[in-house]
Amino acid sequence: MMSFISYFINGLSLGSVYAIIALGYTMVYGIAKMLNFAHGDVIMIGGYVVFTVVSTMGLGPVAGILLAVILCTVLGVVIEGVAYRPLRMASPLAVLITAIGVSYLLQNIALLVFGSNPKSFTSVVTIPALKLAEGKLTISGETIVTIISCVVIMIGLTTFIKKTRAGQAMLAVSEDKGAAQLMGINVDGTIALTFAIGSALAAIAGALLCSAYPTLTPYTGSMPGIKAFVAAVFGGIGSIPGALIGGLLLGVIENLSKAYISSQLSDAIVFAVLIVVLLVKPTGILGKKINEKV
Amino acid sequence: MKKSMKKLLSLGLAIAMAASLTACGSGKASEGTTAAGTDTKGEAQTTDAGGASGEGTFKIGGIGPISGSTAIYGQAVKNGAELAVEEINANGGINGTKIEFNFQDDENDTEKSVNAYNTLKDWGMQMLVGTVTSAPCIAVGAESTNDNMFQLTPSGSAVDCTKFENQFRVCFSDPNQGAASAQYIGENKLATKVAVIYDSSDVYSSGIHDKFISEAANQGIEITADEAFTADNNTNFSVQLQKAQDSGAELVFLPIYYSQAALILAQAKQMGYEPAFFGCDGLDGILTVENFDTALAENLMLLTPFAADAQDELTQKFVASFKEKYGETPNQFAADAYDAVYAVKAAAEKAGITADMDASAICDKLKTAMTEISINGLTGENMKWNADGEPDKAPKAIKIVNGAYTAM
Repeated sequence: MMSFISYFINGLSLGSVYAIIALGYTMVYGIAKMLNFAHGDVIMIGGYVVFTVVSTMGLGPVAGILLAVILCTVLGVVIEGVAYRPLRMASPLAVLITAIGVSYLLQNIALLVFGSNPKSFTSVVTIPALKLAEGKLTISGETIVTIISCVVIMIGLTTFIKKTRAGQAMLAVSEDKGAAQLMGINVDGTIALTFAIGSALAAIAGALLCSAYPTLTPYTGSMPGIKAFVAAVFGGIGSIPGALIGGLLLGVIENLSKAYISSQLSDAIVFAVLIVVLLVKPTGILGKKINEKV
Repeated sequence: MKKSMKKLLSLGLAIAMAASLTACGSGKASEGTTAAGTDTKGEAQTTDAGGASGEGTFKIGGIGPISGSTAIYGQAVKNGAELAVEEINANGGINGTKIEFNFQDDENDTEKSVNAYNTLKDWGMQMLVGTVTSAPCIAVGAESTNDNMFQLTPSGSAVDCTKFENQFRVCFSDPNQGAASAQYIGENKLATKVAVIYDSSDVYSSGIHDKFISEAANQGIEITADEAFTADNNTNFSVQLQKAQDSGAELVFLPIYYSQAALILAQAKQMGYEPAFFGCDGLDGILTVENFDTALAENLMLLTPFAADAQDELTQKFVASFKEKYGETPNQFAADAYDAVYAVKAAAEKAGITADMDASAICDKLKTAMTEISINGLTGENMKWNADGEPDKAPKAIKIVNGAYTAM
């Protein structure tokens, strides 16, 4: 029983990281209607910024995360402005290919700047592990911080979208870009803001991901990025609570199938579950059904 | 007009991206050529592609990852081999003929490794000391046997690395490492309950694992947990460690590479699990991972044929000159490479080959000579080879104490 709880909590921790990354995918998809495949690599850049600030320059983890958030936000806005904005009227396929290109570009830049030797990441979490049930159950500080940050971010984001003018503008743009523009909403600005928020979250996800699994290479972001994309689709792409549910489910399923079925087949099982969910509910768990108007 | 502007812009972006990718590619290539050393400058133009060299030097090629996630191995092999070549040349070469050594980067990638092999052939390579890692070694082996090129890998440990007649190795094969690990744990009574965590998608790791499991039964070792991971899922080990802990394992056997092992050690600490850890030569290099907390590796044991603090004269002399030249303590890959170059020298002298022979003729002679020599190397005394290309020497284990390798 204790070990089941432990697998479950570790699954939640992994799922929380997926959920934070999935938020970036889902927000951008919901508002700009495009898949930003470079998102996973922004996470990796965030990880390297924290690594450089904390381990090379010797500043504190808080400074590292702050700087990573700032740089990734700038990076996200720049990517959007340079690579995606000119293609706003182009076919979705062109935008998708561009996103894949940006992803490789970021990986190769990291390869040039930091080299491909793995770096051991110093955890940004300093709180000690929690020991429960007379030491039989240990929950690491990283797990606690990851789960809490995920919940806080989710609440903050939902409030932001519901209560602020900028959030309302995002909702409007996601409903109908053309109509929003006619209502006097700055569509380009709103989309840039979406990228800024998504990339800031990516920086936080990078710091948490690398703290829980302390290694850093130029490819660190790609596999979690793909998994988080799956989580976003799983929960219903475009839906913020969907990203949370999808991420957590994915993490828990992955860990439990590793524990009870096979540690080699966990990825296969995760993707099989995705296929089943999409067969039953093609828009994902919380996805909205959209009727095409003719 | 506006639309065509956009097309132009996206085209420009595509070109910019393509250009940046090529830039990365050429960056690496130039790194590879500088790595080849200055002593090979200008040689490429003067030799013909056939492999024969009439310049009165033996041309030995080397291939291995000097960038990428296994760069530590390739760099060590390159340094160790270059040191041996320098020493041999300073002492008059092989039967009076000097050696030229050219090392190419393969990033532990099979395709790049074959490309590196072709580059070296164009340079006029007569013998190959390489490749460093298993998968590229197998790929290059298919080419080298076609060309009948003598190939001695310092550290390619997969069974198939010596599949062909022209291939030999200095290190132990994977199954031999697995069997030797089980014997070592059993004979020294390190533990009776052992958990294994291995990479089922990697030939090196699963090769050791399979033999370890079958040999463990003979040694009275109980395998309490046998857990795998794959290359796509190699950062989160919480489940595997938890299962090992729940099964009551006193020792966790890690037949994997150091980058994952570093993660496993960190995550075991996060969850408060402190068994003994035991690994093979893949763990060598863990202390040199950038920013790695060496306290995590305290008491880590690994089976490796070379310990830098051994007291024999040969090791001490090697370690001193290696430190002087490269500023770091050599690991077993450097030692393997050093032995490999000396093995080539011994075999070449035995066979009486000369620099004007072509690669194929040299290979025919060396194949026989390798099974007749016996050398006292860094990685074993009285090393001998059989016709299958396997070395015959005794395994040793070392332990990490206070952040340094210590002989056990």
